[in-house]
Amino acid sequence: MNAVGVAQPRIEGPAKVTGAARYAADVPIEGLAFGAVVLATVTRGRIRDIDVDAVRNMPGVLGVIDHRNAPRLNPKAGGFFGPDGQLQLLQDEMIPFAGRPVALVVAETLEQAQAAAHVLPVTYDEEPHDTNFTADHPAGRPAMTIFDEPVDVGDVEAELAASSVVVEERYRTPEEYHSAMEPHSATVWWDGERLEAIDSNQGPFVIAATLATLFSLSLEKVRIRTEHVGGGFGSKGLCGPQLILAAMAAHRFGRPVRVTLTRTQVFLTTAMRPATDQLIRIGADADGRLRAIWHEPAFEISPLVEYIEGCTELTKTLYAARAIRTRLTAVPLDILPPYSMRGPGAAPGSFALESAMDELAERLGIDPLELRLRNEPAAGPVSGLPFSSRNLVECLREGAHRFGWGTRDHRPRLRREGSLLVGTGLAATSFSAGAFPSSATITAEADGTFTVAIGATDLGTGARTALTAIAADALEAGTERIRLRISDSDLGPAWSAGGSRGTTSWAWAITEAAEKLRGQEWRGTVTIDTTQSLGGLPGRERHAYSAVFAEVTADPATGEVRVRRLLGMFAVGRVVNPLLARSQVIGGMIGGLSMALHEEGVRDPVSGRHVNADFAGYHIAAHADVPDIEADFVPDHEPGIPVGVKGAGEIGNVGTAAAIANAVWHATGVRQRSLPIRLDRVLE
Amino acid sequence: MKEFAYQRAADIRDALIAGGGGARYLAGGTNLVDLMKEGVEAPTRLIDVRRLPLDGISEAADGALVIGATTTNSDLAAHPEVRRRYPALSQAVLAGASGQLRNMATVGGNLLQRTRCAYFAAQECNKRVPGTGCPAIAGAHHNHAILGWTRSCVATHASDMAVALTAFDAIVRYETLDGAGEIPLSEFYPPVGDTPHVETALPPGALITAVVLPGAAASPRSRYRKVRERASYAFATVSIAAAFTEGSVRIALGGVASRPWRCRTAEAFLLDSPGSFRAAAEAELSAAEPLPGNGYKVTLARNLIETVLKELQP
Ligand SMILES: Cc1cc2nc3c(=O)[nH]c(=O)nc-3n(C[C@H](O)[C@H](O)[C@H](O)COP(=O)(O)OP(=O)(O)OC[C@H]3O[C@@H](n4cnc5c(N)ncnc54)[C@H](O)[C@@H]3O)c2cc1C
Ligand code: SF4
Repeated sequence: MNAVGVAQPRIEGPAKVTGAARYAADVPIEGLAFGAVVLATVTRGRIRDIDVDAVRNMPGVLGVIDHRNAPRLNPKAGGFFGPDGQLQLLQDEMIPFAGRPVALVVAETLEQAQAAAHVLPVTYDEEPHDTNFTADHPAGRPAMTIFDEPVDVGDVEAELAASSVVVEERYRTPEEYHSAMEPHSATVWWDGERLEAIDSNQGPFVIAATLATLFSLSLEKVRIRTEHVGGGFGSKGLCGPQLILAAMAAHRFGRPVRVTLTRTQVFLTTAMRPATDQLIRIGADADGRLRAIWHEPAFEISPLVEYIEGCTELTKTLYAARAIRTRLTAVPLDILPPYSMRGPGAAPGSFALESAMDELAERLGIDPLELRLRNEPAAGPVSGLPFSSRNLVECLREGAHRFGWGTRDHRPRLRREGSLLVGTGLAATSFSAGAFPSSATITAEADGTFTVAIGATDLGTGARTALTAIAADALEAGTERIRLRISDSDLGPAWSAGGSRGTTSWAWAITEAAEKLRGQEWRGTVTIDTTQSLGGLPGRERHAYSAVFAEVTADPATGEVRVRRLLGMFAVGRVVNPLLARSQVIGGMIGGLSMALHEEGVRDPVSGRHVNADFAGYHIAAHADVPDIEADFVPDHEPGIPVGVKGAGEIGNVGTAAAIANAVWHATGVRQRSLPIRLDRVLE
Repeated sequence: MKEFAYQRAADIRDALIAGGGGARYLAGGTNLVDLMKEGVEAPTRLIDVRRLPLDGISEAADGALVIGATTTNSDLAAHPEVRRRYPALSQAVLAGASGQLRNMATVGGNLLQRTRCAYFAAQECNKRVPGTGCPAIAGAHHNHAILGWTRSCVATHASDMAVALTAFDAIVRYETLDGAGEIPLSEFYPPVGDTPHVETALPPGALITAVVLPGAAASPRSRYRKVRERASYAFATVSIAAAFTEGSVRIALGGVASRPWRCRTAEAFLLDSPGSFRAAAEAELSAAEPLPGNGYKVTLARNLIETVLKELQP
């Protein structure tokens, strides 16, 4: 019997709901000391002085680490985007953004460390700062091009000139924060020459490699474990400040040290989705056939490290257009370095693209659904490559059917219920699929079970459960015979839970290892690495797809918008576990709803500091904001990737904001081109 | 958090004796303890008043409802007489916080909860340390006051309950070592002036013992409507408590000023021109002085007065 495809609850579910599962900050450790982080309160400048003597004799204080006594770090350390200045903590007196760690106070208890950190006198020489993001900022320059590079297909200007209808609008999204439930926490100790850490992150191997480089250690000298993680959404993809600072302190004080960020510190010093400002021009013939899409987003970055908010990835693949031009502009500012947040690039990018498509449908007088169907490409509009499998049309048609789209009157502001205006909207979307190199080891045990070891992480998504099913099928065994070991950098190189490429990358490694073990007649131990076989994957347009439908009410007297109904149809390749996959895409849609209506980092225009760096001020959707959500899958299969999976981690976030914004237009007749759709933007 | 002593008051006198200097009364702790964690409040001593015999709701001989200061928000909202005679009060309490918080939070503590201005929680400002400035005026003031503010502070009062109590002309009863006293809610929160750190008219060390709802203000035809940035678990952007009693209309707004804003101008206007809700709202709000980022609150308050009164009118 196949385990893949069967709805199974999370293996660790009972441990989580009974509190038995230990997260990084919960693991008991003998002789533990605690570090409390002190963050810079100025937006740019230099540290003049840190008066360590003022706290040295406070109860329990072991000492303070700052730029004057911290170990020197390797400036080459970094990640996907190259050397990362955000990792260079406590190396000099420079303050590149408000929220930069300036000191770590270490004490016997958490309370003692926090009490001393709270009163540690830090003085600064402030320098003028700039946190004011605009698309035409003079510092703006082309974004790095390792992905979502600029493209030019056809003659955009000529096609726009020849179009019967052109939409030209700007769409804006604010700074948004990952807001994972579990704050970032690390516990570090030295086992002789070896650094051991329990850390809250999205991929222990990748983090161990970065940490080893940072501290100039060989990789074997670093071990990181990450048993349970309470969400990451991208913010735990990096080697976090909690880990770097705890490693410094464990070294200096010769004992285990735990550093857990406070909620406000998670906001101020981990990561965020950058603000975007996107200019879109779309031209079409009177029958709705697209002639041109010209998409020029700008986003903010920090000079400390490169980053790409790849807003135009969808633009290059979603619709057939004769001409496509994309340009990404990065604007360096004195801000927290942005980093991938669930659906990076695609979430803000699809808000712009799918809002503009809706505006085009309006001006053409065409059903927005029909407009999408008329522009279905036969091959990658930019790449020219064939699609590995493309089931967007099925998502749109099935979703429209279930939602009752067919009876919609496409004119705005016609439906009323009492004082409320009612409207519906849709968005189509895609999210790229693929896999990254990973290794796996499988041992056939004497008792007939298999130990499957892979450096995967379970962020709460159910990865552990899904990989157990995949391993069971690959090993032709029942799930009860699978002992899965994950979350440990000692298990060898593996991709992180990120980029919607966790399950694909790990499934690939597990199936390949199982294949090899079969060759040994299910005996002994095998270790494989997928780097080679991944290289043989033919070039294709590989994407997951979805269609999202929303119904909203708007009260023009108060500006309150409420989502009444959300329906998403998804094509995510083979569904490994319908229960978990559904939970993933529903969670994503709630993230999209939250992006549409609530989430907004607010900066003080004078000080440049983040004003609403807690859950009282940074609103995410509450239960009462979330309607009954319908989510389902159309049959889909990814031919290039083992098990036929594409990844379901991020597509749910993408598209929902546009579907809601389009529904708000349908309800009120007013376009919402800036997120979030706050009540003051709707109030009449 | 700074270290502090903790003591459970045996009786009211015991509480009052312990209550001087750097001490603070502790009721539900849902606001005080949070602020202590942030370092905004740093009492040397907490005097737990939760077990004092100050809870419960009783009817006075003159028909007034007397609500003990330690009555929980949940019990207040659920009380049959409150729901029958002062439904706007029950609705206001239920529109606040969450079920868990309302089970802990008390009437006295709710009246004395501090502003939710984000700057206040994060740094020194005039409300915390006089003379340190008000960063909100040039800063992020989307949620700040449009009425009755001064250059020294533009914060709003956060309580929903107090808005309804203001509409019903409630009276706060307190005790001090010098004896008992009463303050009408309309005078309980003094004007901001240049002393935004002075938030109530209570004498130093006073212990709130009860809140009295006058029988004459009872209005089954009353409503609380709270507009906020999400469907629940958020403070009011603008809220309204409105009540029709014989021959009069009572209106109070939340989220617009440093105190619940009783709309005397609009009420008087409606006495002269019954039913002219929009004009009454405009008359009231002609005094509004919005900042660049919160002008929408004027429109919102106007719309709320108009729509809620229209729906509610007999
Ligand atoms: C997440 C969250 C959301 C919230 N949302 C809302 C909301 O939407 N609307 C709303 O109105 N409120 C809201 N609140 C505030 C909540 O209602 C208050 O925290 C609560 O009412 C305070 O009551 P308490 O008994 O816990 O007071 P405490 O925190 O114990 O005390 C508050 C203050 O009152 C003083 N005090 C308490 N009792 C007395 C007394 N008898 N005499 C003199 N002084 C006294 C204390 O010394 C202290 O200074 C929210 C709170 C939280 C934490
Ligand atoms: S509005 Fe009042 S509480 Fe807020 S920063 Fe200004 S002085 Fe402080």
